[in-house]
Amino acid sequence: MDFLRPASWEEALAAKAEHPTAVPIAGGTDVMVEINFDHRRPEYLLDLTRIGDLYEWEAGEHSVRLGASVPYTRIMENLRTELPGLALASHTVASPQIRNRGGVGGNLGTASPAGDAHPALLAAGAEVEAESVRGTRRIPIDAFYTGVKRNALAADELIRAVHINKADGPQQFSKVGTRNAMVIAVCAFGLALHPETRTVRTGIGSAAPTPIRATAAEEFLNAALDEDGLWDSGRIITPSVAKQFAELCAAACNPIDDVRGTARYRRHAVGVMARRTLMWTWESYRGNARTMEGAA
Amino acid sequence: MRVNFTVNGRPQQADDVWEGESLLYVLRERLGLPGSKNACEQGECGSCTVRLDGVPVCSCLVAAGQAEGREIVTVEGLAEHARQRAGGEDACGTSLDEARRWSPRGPGSQSDEGSTSPRATLAPLQQAFIDAGAVQCGFCTPGLLVAADEMLERNPNPTDADIREALSGNLCRCTGYEKIMDAVRLAAARQGEEA
Repeated sequence: MDFLRPASWEEALAAKAEHPTAVPIAGGTDVMVEINFDHRRPEYLLDLTRIGDLYEWEAGEHSVRLGASVPYTRIMENLRTELPGLALASHTVASPQIRNRGGVGGNLGTASPAGDAHPALLAAGAEVEAESVRGTRRIPIDAFYTGVKRNALAADELIRAVHINKADGPQQFSKVGTRNAMVIAVCAFGLALHPETRTVRTGIGSAAPTPIRATAAEEFLNAALDEDGLWDSGRIITPSVAKQFAELCAAACNPIDDVRGTARYRRHAVGVMARRTLMWTWESYRGNARTMEGAA
Repeated sequence: MRVNFTVNGRPQQADDVWEGESLLYVLRERLGLPGSKNACEQGECGSCTVRLDGVPVCSCLVAAGQAEGREIVTVEGLAEHARQRAGGEDACGTSLDEARRWSPRGPGSQSDEGSTSPRATLAPLQQAFIDAGAVQCGFCTPGLLVAADEMLERNPNPTDADIREALSGNLCRCTGYEKIMDAVRLAAARQGEEA
């Protein structure tokens, strides 16, 4: 095994081009487990921890450019306003020790359906900034996950950053596990209200071969909110609409039975989380709307 | 490969390190510092917790090469680290030899036969663990000490929720969590009295 230690992003890209089988390592919270257990013996480890740029973030007008290696701890502490869904999801990652090392770039690189960041990225809307010596491209998050632990990256590409849309409304994240810390999601759900476009977006984790959106449920809810004029009136969402949204989210799942839970349980739990996160975010939206009415 | 880094305030060098080796392995097997424990090797248990440039991490998940040029504090250096934090005079760190000869005696007993270095006394948190009866089999203790000490550094007046959160990545299979909570509360209270 060779340990490649690029001092700059350009050097890292050159190393990845020269050794396409090189395994990038930053926080190490996925890669080192595989090496410790002898599940993986990469020919080259490509250490990205010397590249300071990957640990920085920048909030623009409409989106946050989040460096691939920004640890979850930093996201929780610094980006709660801009990226509330991702900040909530970050707080559910493993333990303080893991959150101090791991970041979204690793979650995307591993592309496990159970990665905690994915539902939040799908719900907020995001693009992955991938780069190689051939150039840079932005991969929409909906096109990024291509299979179980597979993603759209080419062999010579590295993830440099993720561009995540800044919240324009309430966001929530919910995760089912046997305890609060150190839990791989049995299933997870992210929801974001986007009042500017009058749309709702979702993200489902651990309940299909890849992280997915419940697009049929989103379309149903967008139409229902529009039809009843709820974005303007700020009235409650009726139980029947919430119920159908939950059922459509459950129906979007394509889960398996495994040690963490059964497919039936996952479908059921996703429906419950969908209904709850919708209620939480909508109540928050209504509260804000009322506050603004009072101020006007 | 060779790894150069600072361990417990002293520059150290490890040779013949395999590229896929963890920092934990280097500390235990190459430097002879067995304080950081090896249990799950997958970041689940926290027994290998060390400070990496000040930040608590699972040393089993840090590749040895990633520690190059970095500063590590292990449980063996905790007493000296706490002493420096409290404004101790000279900052010369803890040598490997001192760390290897460390034994868990309270302050005041260090003069016995000169077997324990003056620097290798207990950090206030370690004394609190003893006083509160927070050590059973002791395997999880080093990780808990490093994690709790870092929390008390950041947050001198933690709530119970803060303590639980900070220690949520450290498993104790003797299930002595209540005593551990007592020990951290005790250390925080003593820290407050001194301040």
